[in-house]
Amino acid sequence: MSEAPVTEAGAGTALMTAVAAMNSALDLEMAANDKIILLGEDIADPIGGVFKVTKGLSTKYGTHRVRATPIVEQTIVGTAIGLALAGYRPVAEIMFFDFVAMCMDQLVNHAAKFRYMSGGRTPAPITVRTVVGSSRFGAQHAQSLEAWFMHTPGIKVVMPSSPADAKGLLTACLRDDDPCLFIEHINLAYREKEPVPVGEHVVPLGKARVLRQGDDVTIITYGAQVPVVLDAAERLAGEGIGAEVIDLRTLVPLDLDTVFTSVERTRRAVVVHEATRFCGPGAEIAAQITEQLFGELLAPVQRLGGAYAPIPFSPHLSGFPTAEDVVTTVRALSRG
Amino acid sequence: MVSESAAGSISASVIDDHPEPAALERMYRLMVTTMLADGKAQAEAKAGRLQAAFYPIRGMEGVCAAIGEVLRRTDQIVSTYRNLGDALAKGVPLRSIMAELYGRLDGTSRGKGGPMHLHDTSVGFMATTGIVGSGLPIAVGLGLAAQLDGDDRVVMVTFGDGATSIGTTHEALNLAALWKLPVVFVCQNNQWGEHTPIAAYAASTDLAARAAAYGMRAVKVDGFDPIATWQELRDAVAYARSGAGPVFVECVTYRLTGHTGTADYSYVPRDELDAALRRDPVPNFRSWLATTGLVPEARLDALEAEATAYVDDAFAFAESSPAPGPEELLTDVFADGTWVRDLEQMGA
Repeated sequence: MSEAPVTEAGAGTALMTAVAAMNSALDLEMAANDKIILLGEDIADPIGGVFKVTKGLSTKYGTHRVRATPIVEQTIVGTAIGLALAGYRPVAEIMFFDFVAMCMDQLVNHAAKFRYMSGGRTPAPITVRTVVGSSRFGAQHAQSLEAWFMHTPGIKVVMPSSPADAKGLLTACLRDDDPCLFIEHINLAYREKEPVPVGEHVVPLGKARVLRQGDDVTIITYGAQVPVVLDAAERLAGEGIGAEVIDLRTLVPLDLDTVFTSVERTRRAVVVHEATRFCGPGAEIAAQITEQLFGELLAPVQRLGGAYAPIPFSPHLSGFPTAEDVVTTVRALSRG
Repeated sequence: MVSESAAGSISASVIDDHPEPAALERMYRLMVTTMLADGKAQAEAKAGRLQAAFYPIRGMEGVCAAIGEVLRRTDQIVSTYRNLGDALAKGVPLRSIMAELYGRLDGTSRGKGGPMHLHDTSVGFMATTGIVGSGLPIAVGLGLAAQLDGDDRVVMVTFGDGATSIGTTHEALNLAALWKLPVVFVCQNNQWGEHTPIAAYAASTDLAARAAAYGMRAVKVDGFDPIATWQELRDAVAYARSGAGPVFVECVTYRLTGHTGTADYSYVPRDELDAALRRDPVPNFRSWLATTGLVPEARLDALEAEATAYVDDAFAFAESSPAPGPEELLTDVFADGTWVRDLEQMGA
């Protein structure tokens, strides 16, 4: 299976963290399109955003384009919508995913519905960037809420798992004609550096990526669980079980074709994510596979996800799936 | 409650500072059009022929007429679910408004928005929202765009007194003042937040004073007086257009109907309602125009006939407009509908 098409205009790559890669995406797009305006708390220099994604951009492009706001999540998104209605391409930073609860009305009732409610006349193409995954701050700064937005028609949901994808997918969001929620996982933000195209780099929305090929089981995942699943797949290979690993990259639009094509062949599927397992994205994906491929499946589709509990603060507690959980689940499935 | 002046709705002191006669005629025609369309929509809703929640604007006609005269076509407005007068004031054709109320293809939103969601960017009617207070942050964004574009367009946002309780209003007022945005916040204070009177939901009922506390110019005007309202809105728009920053204009009126077109409002104190009805802006403006001779009686009659014909035509047009076809259900969820259609076919 081939990877989704990637366009690379600039020559060469450089080792970048995801933060540097996203900064590069914003930088290049701001240089190319003066309609891109950034809004968010602390995003201007010298802070450059609490996660430094916008570092240097206010110095380079001016504080009229990189606008540090008061602590007003609802109005950050509302202002972005107004800018979009006037032809701008705003990017709103919401510091932590949990804080989207503060701006749900603007995101869900306005951005996501404006195209439809106006018969296509006033779409609101905004990009909202947010960060998930830190447990250092406790349960209000840590929750994976992407299922809320999968359940809201009209907004795209994007979650990269690598620096190169972070750059390519963010660039795609900035150019997209629909509102996009771009979710950055803190575990991936600084940890790994990888070669990222220095120049323009676009990864189209709605195209999953097969990260590893295998014939015995398909493991479908995204975001921070990608390295966990790849670790599990490596261990499974040692046991003679070939796991195909799919990184969804975007949850809306969801690339079900890539999922179905793989599961049709492997006839076993596991969905893995950090979001709460109960009513999580895996529930929809498992249902889609079951409806479409029931006759082909050798075993019920399995789901691994976060425990049904707020995210605990103590580092001694974790409800997220581990590589061991994935290995155990796949082993049991393979006996079926 | 606004105190009654001896001269009806129009303050005697404003006589020297009023719109030119052609503008007064436009204002009166707009007020009558709004009142007639509003009444007909309520009647149709009560009769069950109009299957839509409709929010009457009776009592605010003068404010809407003033808005129509102070904004340029290139200026922009964000409105609420109580938007009929605002939409007409900005130049949205009544035919497309009414077709939207009936859920028809010729509506401003192809029938998919309904009365709470009218849009017509060709005349700067940018957005409407059914969520109380949510239009203000969007107006801040439009105001920021106007400032960045460097032209002198102004953004107006209308909202009721009820919206002054919700958090977004305060976030938006602060940000507009901080960034000195060309936004005119027009509070159409009808003294009722849904079914609750203002004194029962706010300890401080001086809404302009609350706005002023954010560091912006804020004024209060008798919204039953179309001329005084026109003066204040004109000055507010000029101030915002000059780049001096936002203005908050509290237009004090009284809701002459229920919250919705079909809602019971027997709870409204009879004496308050009667006093407000005596100040009903449409008949009072008419008698002022006739008495001053600024618009002759015969011309007023002609304007009323024009308005009646315009409203009748719009309702007839709406009822005969085609309904959206089934393909519209999945259209305009996203710019490209391929994924949505594939998804729905798969589940079918």
